[in-house]
Amino acid sequence: MIHSLFLINNAGDIFLEKHWKSVISRSVCDYFFEAQDKAGEPDNVSPVIRTPHHYLINIYREKIFFVSVIQTEVPPLFVIEFLHRVAEMFQDYFGECSEVAIKDNVVIVYELLEEMLDNGFPLATESNILKELIKPPTILRSMVNTITGSSNVGETLPTGQLSTIPWRRAGVKYTNNEAYFDVVEEIDAILDKSGTTVFAEIQGVIDACVKLSGMPDLTLSFMNPRLLDDVSFHPCVRFKRWESERVLSFIPPDGNFRLMSYHVNAQNLVAIPVYVRQNINFFETGSSGRVDITVGPKQTMGKTVENVIVTIHMPKVVLSANLTATQGTYTYDPVTKILVWDIGKLNQQKLPNLKGSLSLQSGAPKPEENPSLNIDLKIQQLAISGLKVNRLDMYVEKYKPFKGVKYVTKAGKFQVLTVPSHV
Amino acid sequence: MSTSSAFNDEKGGSSSAGEPEYGHDPASGGIFSSDYKRHDDLKEMLDSNKDSLKLEAMKRIVAMIARGKNASDLFPAVVKNVACKNIEVKKLVYVYLVRYAEEQQDLALLSISTFQRGLKDPNQLIRASALRVLSSIRVTIIVPIMMLAIKEAASDMSPYVRKTAAHAIPKLYSLDPEQKDQLIEVIEKLLADKTTLVAGSVVMAFEEVCPERIDLIHKNYRKLCNLLIDVEEWGQVVIINMLTRYARTQFLNPNINESLLEEGGEKAFYGSDDDDDDDDDDDDEEKKAEAAALAKRKPYVMDPDHRLLLRNTKPLLQSRNAAVVMAVAQLYFHLAPKAEVGVIAKALVRLMRSHSEVQYVVLQNVATMTIKRRGMFEPYLKSFYIRSTDPTQIKILKLEVLTNLANETNISTILREFQTYIKSMDKDFVAATIQAIGRCATNIGEVRDTCLNGLVQLLSNRDELVVAESVVVIKKLLQMQPEQHSDIIKHMAKLTDNIQVPMARASILWLIGEYCEHVPKIAPDVLRKMAKTFTNEEDIVKLQIINLAAKLYLTNSKQTKLLTQYVLNLAKYDQNYDIRDRARFIRQLIVPTDKSGALSKYAKKLFLALKPAPVLESPFKDRDHFQLGSLSHLLNAKAGGYQELPDWPESAPDPSVRNVEVKDSVPEWTKCTSRKERKEKKVEKPFYSDSEGESGPTESADSESDSGSGSQSGSEESGSGSESEESEEESESEEEEEEEEDEEEERAKKKKKVDKSKPKKPESAERSKRIRKGGKDRRSGTESESEDESESESSESESESEEESESDTDIKKKKKPTPSPQVTPVNSFLSNSLVTDLEGLSLTDTVLAPTTIAPSSSVRLYELLHRITGEGLAVEYCFSRQPFSPDPHMVAVQIQFTNNTTSEAKSLHIEEPKLQSGMRIKEFPEIEVLPAGESVNVVMGIDFCDSTQAANFQLCTHIRKFFVSIQPPVGELMTPAFLTENEFKKEQGQLMGMNEISEKLTLGEKCQSEHVIVERVTSTANLSRVPCGSDKESRFAGKTVSSGSLVLVTVTRKDGAGALLTVNCEKMVIGTMLVKDILQALTQ
Repeated sequence: MIHSLFLINNAGDIFLEKHWKSVISRSVCDYFFEAQDKAGEPDNVSPVIRTPHHYLINIYREKIFFVSVIQTEVPPLFVIEFLHRVAEMFQDYFGECSEVAIKDNVVIVYELLEEMLDNGFPLATESNILKELIKPPTILRSMVNTITGSSNVGETLPTGQLSTIPWRRAGVKYTNNEAYFDVVEEIDAILDKSGTTVFAEIQGVIDACVKLSGMPDLTLSFMNPRLLDDVSFHPCVRFKRWESERVLSFIPPDGNFRLMSYHVNAQNLVAIPVYVRQNINFFETGSSGRVDITVGPKQTMGKTVENVIVTIHMPKVVLSANLTATQGTYTYDPVTKILVWDIGKLNQQKLPNLKGSLSLQSGAPKPEENPSLNIDLKIQQLAISGLKVNRLDMYVEKYKPFKGVKYVTKAGKFQVLTVPSHV
Repeated sequence: MSTSSAFNDEKGGSSSAGEPEYGHDPASGGIFSSDYKRHDDLKEMLDSNKDSLKLEAMKRIVAMIARGKNASDLFPAVVKNVACKNIEVKKLVYVYLVRYAEEQQDLALLSISTFQRGLKDPNQLIRASALRVLSSIRVTIIVPIMMLAIKEAASDMSPYVRKTAAHAIPKLYSLDPEQKDQLIEVIEKLLADKTTLVAGSVVMAFEEVCPERIDLIHKNYRKLCNLLIDVEEWGQVVIINMLTRYARTQFLNPNINESLLEEGGEKAFYGSDDDDDDDDDDDDEEKKAEAAALAKRKPYVMDPDHRLLLRNTKPLLQSRNAAVVMAVAQLYFHLAPKAEVGVIAKALVRLMRSHSEVQYVVLQNVATMTIKRRGMFEPYLKSFYIRSTDPTQIKILKLEVLTNLANETNISTILREFQTYIKSMDKDFVAATIQAIGRCATNIGEVRDTCLNGLVQLLSNRDELVVAESVVVIKKLLQMQPEQHSDIIKHMAKLTDNIQVPMARASILWLIGEYCEHVPKIAPDVLRKMAKTFTNEEDIVKLQIINLAAKLYLTNSKQTKLLTQYVLNLAKYDQNYDIRDRARFIRQLIVPTDKSGALSKYAKKLFLALKPAPVLESPFKDRDHFQLGSLSHLLNAKAGGYQELPDWPESAPDPSVRNVEVKDSVPEWTKCTSRKERKEKKVEKPFYSDSEGESGPTESADSESDSGSGSQSGSEESGSGSESEESEEESESEEEEEEEEDEEEERAKKKKKVDKSKPKKPESAERSKRIRKGGKDRRSGTESESEDESESESSESESESEEESESDTDIKKKKKPTPSPQVTPVNSFLSNSLVTDLEGLSLTDTVLAPTTIAPSSSVRLYELLHRITGEGLAVEYCFSRQPFSPDPHMVAVQIQFTNNTTSEAKSLHIEEPKLQSGMRIKEFPEIEVLPAGESVNVVMGIDFCDSTQAANFQLCTHIRKFFVSIQPPVGELMTPAFLTENEFKKEQGQLMGMNEISEKLTLGEKCQSEHVIVERVTSTANLSRVPCGSDKESRFAGKTVSSGSLVLVTVTRKDGAGALLTVNCEKMVIGTMLVKDILQALTQ
């Protein structure tokens, strides 16, 4: 399956290589560089590249290309999913998945890669098992290790690998037992100039941080599970229980994990928390344009809308912007042509407004395209779909855990068009 | 080398920035410059006695390997440490060894003995790790050792070691392919393994070593299907892909009949399918199948094993792992009946939220799917809308999908969407959009003109690329029916005044030249204008001017002769030799002179030949001959090691190959359940199988009560736990608390109910005890004294053994062959698999049911003869819902005799049936002796003639006769019928009007989930579930036993608790009564 892995940074340096079968020369990456050149943007590099003798399947994450070498037929998603799992594992171990972190911890990285694949086939990809095998670095441990020469490799044998619940390590013990759940919802929407919704949907995830001793068996139920249209689960969730009773029943992994992702039923109308009144004009003569944007709260269920940021990709001919914001600050980057207006909290009484003129490259024709606005926002203590956790029960273990649920709504891909839509 | 030197430079820069690994060694900075010195230093460290130094050295060496530097000269120094006590040193040595063993074969042999020792270690993890490293050392000499180690490990007690053995198989195979035969033996053995840990790994080995040996799968097929959900994610992918291939060789095409019903049900279901979709479907293979089907007129029945696979993979669509979801999706695409494929759309659309690489692969597959099965993605049209932030390659794939999805109903929406795309700054994307519009225009006749007009407008776009692309597309469109579009050609001719883009000008000129006969007046004028500007035109335009001139000269020489000559003269002195050549060539060809050759006669044919219209086709057409989700599909070329997806067989191969031998079969199944039981006691139960059986009513009662009792203590706990939570912070917690209390009450209630309903046996036993006591009293008063004595002797032991004996008889029933021929167990497997077709029922609970079923809560018992009236002989009966084998028109009635007296009852039989006309009875064979305290089950058959009239007869013992009667509930007069959704719809369509009875109802409080509805309906009437695309609807089908008339039941849930019950049945009486019964069951 996966033959070798090369990690390449944006500058084109191969800073790590690992082979699971016989060694493949790093010159194979030349084909990758060729493809990269052709693509221009890193996003546009084809995930699957064909070379005379191999196939290169790659992902781009955190400014690193993970390039794997394949020799025979294998489902591409299998490899892609695995590579993302590797990146997530680095993130989990080192707090960030960056070139510096990987170089600093090259031995741990190597040990991890060794355990994650055997002969190119995934062996242990659960964070709980790996952490039993290889301890993540901490400042304290690396100091102790330096002095005493002790190691990062777990002394105990990883029994988790043997269990039928591979995602949970055995013998977990905490003095404070706690289970926290974050319900995070993102609104993906396209609004047209008049504020009409062209397209809107809600995607949500429930991230959990469970620190419970022993082998707790948890049941999480919702007040309104019918809202959930499409769901995907962490493998720990018993699917049949969900099918029949609409409750999440699971023995959780230890630590942080994503319990489920969901999509809210499309029939339910999506509440749009803000409205945007905007006017962006470019004049035929005089090489100038006007901007006038007002943002206000709409359906917020009584909660405050925070962290509102408006981002606009201006046409290439826009040289500079001379604007005044009644609230927050704006920046215009003349190189990337991105106008960012960081508003902060939305105030019902005094609506934030951004107004002023744009100067265009003189002599250039009026830009054809009207830029669209991307909105970022955050609402604490609210799941916009109305999803509510009903209760969490714990079985098997006898202690009383602390439990908590937090709700957050964010903007996902939230776009406001400056042209009237046709729909 | 250049890369590595560059790397060194870069290294030098960053090392100061902080590389703790190196920072540890105070000397490291200075030593880095020279390779020799450093290696000496490392050797010294490796030779030292201190583990910390060794570790440091190994870490540095591994870092070197990671950077792709050569560290092979350290091999002897490193390999010495293979037996080091320190685990991390050991691990790093392993890493080194596996990397360099191939280059240093002789030295590598030194380490082998260490691993051989490790293979015998009592600790399974050490055994596994030894095997893992040993098998990773690519040294041919040790092949025999590896082979031996793998064989031994394959029969290791520990499943983890066996898993490692499975992993080692492909390693050995790649080292020495000659070992194939021996390895296949090991694979065969491991395939029989029943643990989830091994399953994925061994199938992976199977795929790499012997994917052609499909015969090895037969016996393990059902096991793999059942284990699948508990296998780890990666193993799931491999197993599902393999099983897809397997199913293609073993089962029949489920869509054979679909093609026959195409016009009917299928159309209605995907209302949007249009002609070209059908064209795609009717490829050769299907035509053949169709013909075969027509010839046979044999209804398609899905193999139960086929159904098993589909059912067991479906939940995995909810996996978080994109590869698993894709694997299931392709399985459904390749194997499922058309009506069921739709379920995968939602899951695939979900994957589009994932990383862009995942999106890329998913979109490629969706693009292929949309060509054949457009309908299933249509509801998700908007999910394929393009965002300005998408990478170009994603945009283009989405565009492809949108184009495939376009049909008459949605084309206007799609075109409007396309219009916004054209304004994008991403010019490659704009070009692709214009192409897409062109394809929509060719596929959908209605919008061709609209598209053309839109494209013509684009001709005035400022962007060269847009214009060029538009002209090219217009050109293609016009080539299809030029005669209708002379006005567009005229319009384009006018554009030559404004459009400056050379490519576009050239294209327009070509068009005018090609169709000059349609625009006879304009063409010469265009040529005139062009002749004027000739010298200032770009080269490609000049060439087209010459072409135009030539074509006009041939068709309209009167008007254009001079112009042509003028143009040719200009061209003759052009700077570009291509143009000069072309002019010379054309002059020779078209202008008749003395010297002109034979070719000039054919000039007209040469220039004005009818050029075929280009076909605008999706690049994804016919890609589905590759297994979807595969690398080969993505590349549209066969990758090494790709296994072809076989075509469906014409006739199904013997399904019995999957039967595990009878002797085995019982333990196999019971093992499955016993495994479950065993595991349930332990904490580590297979994760999902506990609920596997719950859909069956018996099981669910059990599991519910289990969890109920389990939760009792837990819920009390958590109740108090929630108080602490409340004090914590949550604002909701107050409401939550109340909610919780409610919940708890409800739970308690439920529990009570379960308690009440579940232990039916003891309760009834108790009751009967009481009754018997009463009876005894009475008897003791009236009957003889002697009996009384014996009674008192035995009464104690009797009452105690009551419960036991009842369960005992159950077991005995299973063991000894029942005396009556009717009870002949219908091939126990067959009945299993048949019932697996019932969606609502599950495998495990049917497995538990023998032909004479044990009384359980799912089957209602009716009393035929009370023990008092029967003077100690109690007779109960139930409708076992098994087919009555001697006569298929009879309903099987299972009768249980219990002899509560102290003496034997002899010759139990039936006499003098008094029946309504037409009714028939098949009596059970006489029971010669029924000993005291025993009970026996027999089965008789009654043909009720599809009426609920009672069957009356006499039940005789050797001393008495009792008049009894059996009256069937209407729901028992039918047997399940297995229909597909389309068949159901078709049949329903024929049973309208008088034959349809609809009733509105309000669902009972506990009866609002689909699950419960299914349970209630199937327990009220002996019907089977029919698959249904809508989750608001549940459908059931059955046939009356006697006449075989269809009974179709539909329950449609409305908002809230409202629902609509529809029964379609030829027999109106049956229909009416059934409506009444189901209504009652659902409103409770």
